[in-house]
Amino acid sequence: MSTGAVAAPGAAAPRHKGLTERAKSERRLAGMLVGPAAVVMIAVTAYPIIDAIILSLQRSDLRFPSQTKFIGLANYGHVLSAPVWWQDVLHTVIITVITVSIQFVLGMCLALVMHRVLFARGLVRGIALIPYGIVAVVSAYAWQLAFSLNSGWIPKLFSITSDPLSHTFGLYVAIIIAEIWKNTPFMALLLLAGLALVPDELHEAARVDGATTWQRFVRITLPLMKPAIVVALLFRTLDAFRIFDTIYIFGQGAQNTESLSMLNYSTLLNRLNLGLGSAVSVLLFLLVALIAFVFMKGFGAGGLSTGDER
Amino acid sequence: MSLRARQYSGWSVAIFVVIVVSLVPVVWILMLSLKTSASATDGSFIPHHWTLSNYSDIFKQGIFTSALRNSIGIALISTALAVVIASAAAYAIARLDFPGKSIILAVSLGVAMFPQISLVGPLYNLWRQIGLYDTWPGLIIPYMTFALPLSIYTLQAFFREIPWELEQAAQVDGATPFQAFRKVIVPLATPGLVTTFIIVFIICWNDFVFAISLTSTTAAQTVPAAISSFPGVSQFTVPYGDIAAAAVVVTVPVLLLVMFFQRRIVSGLTAGAVKG
Repeated sequence: MSTGAVAAPGAAAPRHKGLTERAKSERRLAGMLVGPAAVVMIAVTAYPIIDAIILSLQRSDLRFPSQTKFIGLANYGHVLSAPVWWQDVLHTVIITVITVSIQFVLGMCLALVMHRVLFARGLVRGIALIPYGIVAVVSAYAWQLAFSLNSGWIPKLFSITSDPLSHTFGLYVAIIIAEIWKNTPFMALLLLAGLALVPDELHEAARVDGATTWQRFVRITLPLMKPAIVVALLFRTLDAFRIFDTIYIFGQGAQNTESLSMLNYSTLLNRLNLGLGSAVSVLLFLLVALIAFVFMKGFGAGGLSTGDER
Repeated sequence: MSLRARQYSGWSVAIFVVIVVSLVPVVWILMLSLKTSASATDGSFIPHHWTLSNYSDIFKQGIFTSALRNSIGIALISTALAVVIASAAAYAIARLDFPGKSIILAVSLGVAMFPQISLVGPLYNLWRQIGLYDTWPGLIIPYMTFALPLSIYTLQAFFREIPWELEQAAQVDGATPFQAFRKVIVPLATPGLVTTFIIVFIICWNDFVFAISLTSTTAAQTVPAAISSFPGVSQFTVPYGDIAAAAVVVTVPVLLLVMFFQRRIVSGLTAGAVKG
């Protein structure tokens, strides 16, 4: 950002008579360079979401294709009056709130370790990143097979004799631990970016004035990191809210663990009900947009989209 | 001296905890993959009877070898396409003055936040109509799309660090803006491109949502989808050893990438995060 800001005047420096021609060709080039990315992103997301909106207004069931017809908002009424939708909203919110808050605390600790570690920094950072890099399905299986009474070391270690994965509470604990393990490093990376922006001189000055480590953390580090914290929480919240892989591996939503993405998947691909499934898709899309909006307005992440404009 | 010693032991404990917590599930799945099928359910962390038979098993199964081929091919092609398209866009965003710059960044951000499962229904429907269901392009198109926002953010952050003067010097020497891009910026941008390539490859390699929804056979099924549908000996037995062995095989490349390129991944993701 700093180099961009410094270099900006230089970019406009060679102003002579060919300016408008040059500006025009610059815009033409920009259009050519940005065009493909813009077209791909809009075509592959906008077209399907419009298609989803249209499908959600129809009775469209792949098992009974001849009965397809326009039925207005009936699918939405169906979804919103179904207890399963609200239960799944609750499941998703529970998982999101618990995992993101624990990830935030652990991620901050991990970021501090990665930032301040005095020796073996490359090794620590590399190993700490492993959960982030690992395939989500593999991570889910690693935890599922560890918790399962049939195969796992966890029941044996704690002398548990009933299968932890056979009841709701045990399943939630396992799913939440798996999610926290997998995603804390990414949270830590985003927070690490913020930590790097806190100048050491401020800490030195506060230390000279007699501030304790905790006081320095709360009064200096946290406030200066706020933009990074908001970005990290926003990205992790949206990601956690879309939880699918782990739920799928832990029994496809069995024992009241179905998330909204899992509901969406099963309505679309197990029940092949495109109309109803598309209504779920659109509602999920709106919920995600709402969360993003609340974050941007409420926590001042509004700079997120314009942060790049120097 | 004693302060230094205390600091040293404090850091040692912290490092130890980080390493153990990060590695236990990985080592566990490795250990499980080395157990014989008879001892797979004994619940011990370290195998009593060591074997490599699970590995020879999965490589004998057509479902795994074809899934591995699909995973490698699809992830590489999607990543290459995403990085090429994104680097053009990122160059324009970092270097050129044009209206609509904030629009393209807003669109990227919107795509990054998009619930991917919302696309599964329409894409499933459309792909079946136009024959892309259960094909490589059927996965490459969504992978490339969802890799673009992160690629654009990371690359434009890298591109801004590149000294402007060199590009200007090239233009003064008579290079067109495109030549300046190709001959001056691209070599300087290679570290950023490599970093972005690694991060995007990991994302494509890891996907499950699209893989499980848009494929059904060995024609395009990737490893994550294949693992979740491994057949047991009977309907009620879980093929623990096969799942664990396949999990290890699919994890090794990522592990190597992460360990070798840890510095690049950290700088790439944090650069994108600070500026985005």
